[in-house]
Amino acid sequence: MEKHVVVIFPHPDDEAFGAAGTIAKFRQEGVPVTYLCGTLGEMGRNMGNPTFATRESLPEIRKKELQDACKVMDVELKMLGYRDKVLEFEDLSKVSDHLKELLETIKPTLVITHYPEYAVHPDHNALGAAAIDAVSRMEESTRPTVWAQAFMRGYQEILGKPDVVQDIRPFVKTKVKTILCHKSQAQGVLGNVTGEELTEENMEAIALEHFKEETFYTWNFENI
Amino acid sequence: MKPIDLNEVQEQIDAFAGKKVFIHLETTNGAYANHVNEKAYNVGAFIRNAQVTYEHGKIKGAGAAYRVGLKTENGWVYAEGLNAWELDEKNRLLMAGHDREGRLMVSLEISETAF
Repeated sequence: MEKHVVVIFPHPDDEAFGAAGTIAKFRQEGVPVTYLCGTLGEMGRNMGNPTFATRESLPEIRKKELQDACKVMDVELKMLGYRDKVLEFEDLSKVSDHLKELLETIKPTLVITHYPEYAVHPDHNALGAAAIDAVSRMEESTRPTVWAQAFMRGYQEILGKPDVVQDIRPFVKTKVKTILCHKSQAQGVLGNVTGEELTEENMEAIALEHFKEETFYTWNFENI
Repeated sequence: MKPIDLNEVQEQIDAFAGKKVFIHLETTNGAYANHVNEKAYNVGAFIRNAQVTYEHGKIKGAGAAYRVGLKTENGWVYAEGLNAWELDEKNRLLMAGHDREGRLMVSLEISETAF
């Protein structure tokens, strides 16, 4: 059994769409989970539907949504303070050092992050790469396992089938509740994911039907 | 934000004219445009906290699509597709264009203090 799980994603709501079912499963097993969230999603274009956020009020709104989501999942939250959309232009060796320091303090047995170059958003790819670099530089005896999440179009044709497939059906209510905490984003993102017209009323039912599993690749550090 | 009223916004643009102001200018179709639709391009640009002084500015357009142009000493600041605005609690003029789903497509903001 895992002793502590650390989730490293750049945006408030990445944890909800990508891993909330898996996180809920770990929490039910009594495993502590910490979410290291890279940015506040300051540059998101979803402003709620109907619009209730502005470019300037969005960071505070998303911060609150993130805190609420972490309460629903019952996980510890650390916000890393980077800025949305420009993470890939930071000095990534410094970001990696920052993550390594945090990981050496938290001492997780498992890290969940994005699969570099296969996770669509440049922030996902950059923070995933920094996280994997940080873990690779840890002492082998304390080095956590890494599960990397890919979802770029056609990723399975290149990477093969993911080896970690989490059946999240028993936890889908928690996942949907977590997604709905991100009120400014939920409708816009779910519309993209499911391709269906969403309203406040049908959102939960559609999400329940759509989310059945979360998948990851165990990172092979031998290949570095 | 509220729908743009030409006269109200013009009044606000006039109030910042001749002052040293900070600009946030942005356009985006999102980081997932090509992921969602193979034929779409990911296009976006932003500049945050550019310092300019404009001698005058105008808002033009009608219905749900407005353009703003600010004439500076050496050039222009321009945004198209604006349809909503507000003066926020920090006295910053926020203008944006949202699509049918409420997503931001373009934004032009003017402030006397840095964003």
